[in-house]
Amino acid sequence: MSTARPVVPKVVVVDYGRGNLWSVGQAVAAVGGEPQISTEPAVVRAAEQLILPGVGAFGDAMAGLRARGLDEAVLAFAATGRPLLGVCLGMQLLLEASTEFGHHAGLGLIRGQVERLPAPAAPARGAIRSYKIPNVGWCRLEPAAGGTPWTESLFAAVKPGDFAYFVHSYAAHPMDPRHRLADIELGGVPVAAAITAGPITGCQFHPEKSGEVGLAILRAFVART
Amino acid sequence: MPAARVIARLDVKGPNLVKGIHLEGLRVMGDPQQFARRYYADGADEILYVDIVASLYGRNNILEVVRRTAAAVFVPMTVAGGLRSLDDVRDALRSGADKVAINTAAVARPELIREVSQAFGRQCMVLSIQTKKIAPDRWEAYTDNGRERSGRDALEWAGQGVELGAGELLVTSVDREGTRKGMDLEFLARVTAHVDVPVIAGGGAGTPEHACRAITEAGADAVAVASMLHYGKYTVGEIKARLAQADVPVRSSA
Repeated sequence: MSTARPVVPKVVVVDYGRGNLWSVGQAVAAVGGEPQISTEPAVVRAAEQLILPGVGAFGDAMAGLRARGLDEAVLAFAATGRPLLGVCLGMQLLLEASTEFGHHAGLGLIRGQVERLPAPAAPARGAIRSYKIPNVGWCRLEPAAGGTPWTESLFAAVKPGDFAYFVHSYAAHPMDPRHRLADIELGGVPVAAAITAGPITGCQFHPEKSGEVGLAILRAFVART
Repeated sequence: MPAARVIARLDVKGPNLVKGIHLEGLRVMGDPQQFARRYYADGADEILYVDIVASLYGRNNILEVVRRTAAAVFVPMTVAGGLRSLDDVRDALRSGADKVAINTAAVARPELIREVSQAFGRQCMVLSIQTKKIAPDRWEAYTDNGRERSGRDALEWAGQGVELGAGELLVTSVDREGTRKGMDLEFLARVTAHVDVPVIAGGGAGTPEHACRAITEAGADAVAVASMLHYGKYTVGEIKARLAQADVPVRSSA
């Protein structure tokens, strides 16, 4: 657990009681960052870079942020134009709203909605595997059609077809196609794997659990100013 | 479509990696962290830590092993063994685990499955089912690392567990475990047809071919392997090469 320290750490990981924060911190440290996991709005506002993690349900997570005054702290941080990375549910929270268990407003930093993954079609006769919900596992990252080029993003060192680790039942639908960065394909349909808008990036997958590919993304994030 | 996963399973007793037969008869293998790091480097898609004494003797220090592993292993980790409450799950997740696999406590109180999935998301609630074949076409779920009968039909229990909120099933054949004679494809095929969540096949894989058949013939989404890795007989890379040869998509980690 954290306390507000006089020294402002580089990379603050927002702790609102959800998610595997230890692993995020370990991965940030492994790529040369100085992580601090914090529940303090003041520390979040003063961060040089901010990571918003999260697993679980959207509405519950937003309630967790609000209960600690962290929603406003994240918005205040984002308004400074410093680098922000949302991971998994933390990416979904960047959008305007989600339909998970009702209708819940998000942070609204990127225009668009979060909706349940489409139900997979029944497998063709003889087919052995299709995707399942939750979508758990390693999927190939591909550049999103009409989206932000990887060279201009945290994905500069990622190659099309590289694998990342996903655990999700819902997917982001950014309104502006230019905010799409990477997609995966589920049942022939592209699903947002990463989104970006200026200094804000969101990864539906877990970069801290995606081997060297994930570390390359975090390395680029930690190096951003 | 996600790639088929090769999961390295490490059974831990105190500070040591151990390996047994039929989930018993232990042999000490060494420092689990070192093994986990090697498997990560070899392309393991997940690490599964099983505290094999926890369900007998209460709380344990496996979380310290998980914490230290998380400093150098950047793939998902699952913790199993002796988890009984939401607090136990929270501690595991705060130590670097992404998921927990629960068997005994879920059999004793199935509502725990619902509670864990509601509190932390169903993706982190893996229901661990240990099976013994008791009659033609009939398998019973066992608890306490394969020692105790539950009285539950394993296939029915799998379905109930998913309804209660399990996001994945870890299905381990007690009959096959440690025998290296091949996985229980018969039960695996039934369970993958019966539930719509990912199924991890465990117990009995002695060769890459065994692991491959659990996926191509029984429809498993992942295989959890132990002996064949720990004894240095095969590498994760060799298992993936066999899968790729059978046109099963796997993650390349070069």
